[in-house]
Amino acid sequence: MSNVPLLQVKNLHTSFITDAGEVKAVNGISYNLDRGKVLGIVGESGSGKSVSAYSVMRILTDTGRVTQGEVLFNGEDILKYTPQQMQSFRGSRISMIFQDPMTCLNPVFTVGSQLREAIRIHTDRTKEQINARALEMLQLVGVNEPEKRLRQYPHELSGGMRQRVMIAMALACEPDILIADEPTTALDVTIQAQILELMQNLQKKMGMAIIMITHDLGVIADICDEIIVMYAGKVCERGTADEIFYNPRHEYTKGLIRSIPRVTEKHEKLVPIAGSPVDLLNLPKGCAFASRCECAMKICLTEQPEETWVNDSHIAACWNNVKRMYEESKGGEAR
Amino acid sequence: MSEFDPNKAPVKRPFSLQLDLSKFEPATDAEKAQHETTRESTTFFRDGMRKLFKNPLAVGSMIVLVVILVTIIVAPMIVPYTYSGMITVNGKRDKTAKNLAPFTYSKMEQEAIDSGEKVFPHIFGTDELCRDYFIRVIYGARVSLSVGFFASLIVLIIGLLYGSIAGYAGGRTDLVMMRIVDVIYSLPDTLMVILLSVVLDQVLGQSLQGTALASIGTNMLSMFAVFGLLYWVGMARLVRGQILTIKNNEYVLAARAMGAKPSRIIRKHILPNCMSVIIISTALQIPSAIFTESFLSFIGLGVQAPMPSLGSLANAARQALQAYPYKLVFPAVGICLIVLSFNLLGDGLRDAFDPKLRK
Amino acid sequence: MDNAARSQKEKQLIAACIISLVIFAAGWLTLPILSAKILLAVVLLLIAGTLFFSNDTGRYVCKRILLALITVLIIAAITFFSMNAIPGGPFSKEKAPSAAVQAVLEERFHLNEPLGTQFLLYLEGLMQGNFCISTKTGREISTTIFESFAISAKLGGYAALIAIVLGLCFGSIAALNRAKTADRVIIFFTTLFVAVPSFIMATLLLLVFCLKLGWFPIFSTSNQSYVLPVIALMLSPMSYITRLTKTSMLDVLGQDYIRTARAKGVKQSLVIFKHALKNALIPVITYVGPMMAYILTGSMVVETVFTTGGLGTKFVQGISNRDYPMIMGTTIFLATLMVTMTLISDLIYKVVDPRINFD
Repeated sequence: MSNVPLLQVKNLHTSFITDAGEVKAVNGISYNLDRGKVLGIVGESGSGKSVSAYSVMRILTDTGRVTQGEVLFNGEDILKYTPQQMQSFRGSRISMIFQDPMTCLNPVFTVGSQLREAIRIHTDRTKEQINARALEMLQLVGVNEPEKRLRQYPHELSGGMRQRVMIAMALACEPDILIADEPTTALDVTIQAQILELMQNLQKKMGMAIIMITHDLGVIADICDEIIVMYAGKVCERGTADEIFYNPRHEYTKGLIRSIPRVTEKHEKLVPIAGSPVDLLNLPKGCAFASRCECAMKICLTEQPEETWVNDSHIAACWNNVKRMYEESKGGEAR
Repeated sequence: MSEFDPNKAPVKRPFSLQLDLSKFEPATDAEKAQHETTRESTTFFRDGMRKLFKNPLAVGSMIVLVVILVTIIVAPMIVPYTYSGMITVNGKRDKTAKNLAPFTYSKMEQEAIDSGEKVFPHIFGTDELCRDYFIRVIYGARVSLSVGFFASLIVLIIGLLYGSIAGYAGGRTDLVMMRIVDVIYSLPDTLMVILLSVVLDQVLGQSLQGTALASIGTNMLSMFAVFGLLYWVGMARLVRGQILTIKNNEYVLAARAMGAKPSRIIRKHILPNCMSVIIISTALQIPSAIFTESFLSFIGLGVQAPMPSLGSLANAARQALQAYPYKLVFPAVGICLIVLSFNLLGDGLRDAFDPKLRK
Repeated sequence: MDNAARSQKEKQLIAACIISLVIFAAGWLTLPILSAKILLAVVLLLIAGTLFFSNDTGRYVCKRILLALITVLIIAAITFFSMNAIPGGPFSKEKAPSAAVQAVLEERFHLNEPLGTQFLLYLEGLMQGNFCISTKTGREISTTIFESFAISAKLGGYAALIAIVLGLCFGSIAALNRAKTADRVIIFFTTLFVAVPSFIMATLLLLVFCLKLGWFPIFSTSNQSYVLPVIALMLSPMSYITRLTKTSMLDVLGQDYIRTARAKGVKQSLVIFKHALKNALIPVITYVGPMMAYILTGSMVVETVFTTGGLGTKFVQGISNRDYPMIMGTTIFLATLMVTMTLISDLIYKVVDPRINFD
């Protein structure tokens, strides 16, 4: 095996052309994903986390465009693939599951026909083999009475069941990467845990890498090897789960962590992040988070913070971090 | 160790950076507030109007409608002819002014002009009964437009009342009221219109003789009656559906939970949210009423002669289609222009005001 | 508890059976006419079907057929009683052209019987394909209807078929090329065609292509040229379907399941023609019923303009002659046809959209 990471995203920019102007949804994000790892992307609504994933899959809507950057899969730039190449790539090498299982399955086709279609596209199996595979996949994701489910329509299944079907469909061709775009947001809390556990188990069994997109830091704390925190289409902070949780360096990350309810610390008050997300139509000059940041400094309003290494596995893009590291290094020298 | 360069990133371990510490002072709230450029927030109505006026088709059709309205109001004051009377020259009936082409004069008129008198031109020519065709088309447009307008008004009033009662009452009342609507809805409307027009024409015709209403014509009255009897069901369904969805919306529940009175909920939440949809569908009702009127006129169930409507004028023009095609063209263009303008205006209103279509 | 509920239900079932049997027996004994008895039996059977079919689809089909049947009955009743309400109406002695016709009328309608019985007798006649005779020509109306309907059916069938096929194609093209030239051209023409009433379209086509250019012959029994009438009839519904398809296609293409299909790696053409079109078809199918009604009524004027001698022509002639039995018969015939079409399109809708609500 070469040392090339499975997936490299380099300086990705994505915009949407609307009547009101160019909406810059993703503004230069970069990350690597190795085989069999789990990457978490966290951010609030509109931070560009889903759009970055759609850009990787090249399933943006008509108005969306990748304006800059590279997406390397095993060293090949998939943004340069022809539509035909892309068709055979999607679903077989990278697949995706989505937020709302209620609307993601086509209402006028049976579960079976949609599942079989996913298998048929990327393999040349016979009808019986496809059927057997569909059944096997449904059993694998823990759907009860799989034979019956295959003949049912999506509206006859519960939300959790549908998400399981979505997962079965995504994994049917054993992809290298599974992108899960808020897979549990639309589900009940008890079902959420089941789905997460299922995904973890399947990852162990099938060994694919997962990109887990969520707005809920709590969801991905246990299962991610690396976490990216996004705000206004930019990476705020990137690091291992431990680094992000115990040594956050970006004020936004700190705010996110403060806003997670904790069962153990009963008397601590939850601290919400004040203000509302930034307007992507006209991004401010300095740091996008500055106006909501408690520790904003003058430089934050005028200059964009660059991604700075905290240590080998941790990056933060925050002037407060720069200041802190500067002071630490000064302090170290003085001592 | 290198200098800190903000353009080169990621910079590894900035241990000995030279930083301008003055920039690293906390920013004030005022500075922060200034920092973010937010879009100015607009009200729903103003935003909708802005969208409407940016839509060239909607603006164009509004202009066309205004021009038509002004013409049909002003033209009868200027043009010295009537829609029902023969053209007269110096008090004498001019029997030579039959089927004149646009902007031509009859023999008698020509003589009058030659003797120095002024004769108002026949902009659209004349018809086979020596009547000025322009004024007839103008009156036809008047009739068609007022039919469209009043019919929609009737539909609006009945539908709004019925629908809001059903929607607001809910439960068994709603069930019974909506079953009635379902039955009427499943009747083929045009056929019923024809049938009722035939019947009402006869029934009303005798009872109306001599009253003021007779001048409007029994056909016209029966048409309004038909609209009032049949066409309101669509509006009633729409209103009821709107009220039901809005009634169950979270924001209404929230308002109720905060102790808002029903009158306030209706005024502040339900009405403004229904209004746009109702206005749009009324605007689209007008052309369909005009369509129905012209259709009825065409098959001989329209307004009472000599009163013209655009449909009956077009029908009459078929008699001598080959010889005088312009007689078809003028009323035909009139209908199409009016219907087209209302359609486009309705579409424009919907694009601008329908909350469901807003992005 | 479960058992109790089940026995409760069984009791209700038995009670319902007994009640319906009693109604049936009572009806069978009291109703004077065989056809009314059969009708009662059919209605009771359908009600039983709606209540006790274990299968959702079966229940739905029963319910729809029952509703359609009731609608037809209501239409027949409205037609019959409103015609009877006309003072000096169809059955008065002075209206009949000859003593012979008067005698037939008397015999057919049993004019000395009470009105309700007359209605039932008329219904019985209808069910045997007996529409009475025309007061104008003295011919059997059923013969006239079936002869002329052959022409109308051909005309309307072609028009409907072409309208659906072209409408779906153009609508999809417009949706896929949104805001490009193809879309603009298609939307321009469809907006225009929707605003032109079919009688004007027909007259203009006749004027230009028949009379002026001479490309198509004038319609006659020996030289049946359906091209122009079909075009005149189908342009408006085609435009409507185009716009409907475009809107619903755009709506569907923005849905999450389309994204899922693309993420699975489905070919773009398959995404559109399999995943999107089947969903986009749903609103179009609901329009098929109203479209048939539009085409049937539209054919009245189009046939009149082109003098094709179809059912529409006969109906319009009946209206202008005040030939009441003819109007009655044709109205009921056309209404039954329209209700049947709506029923069929609703049932197809049920097949295409598995989510449809059964209540």
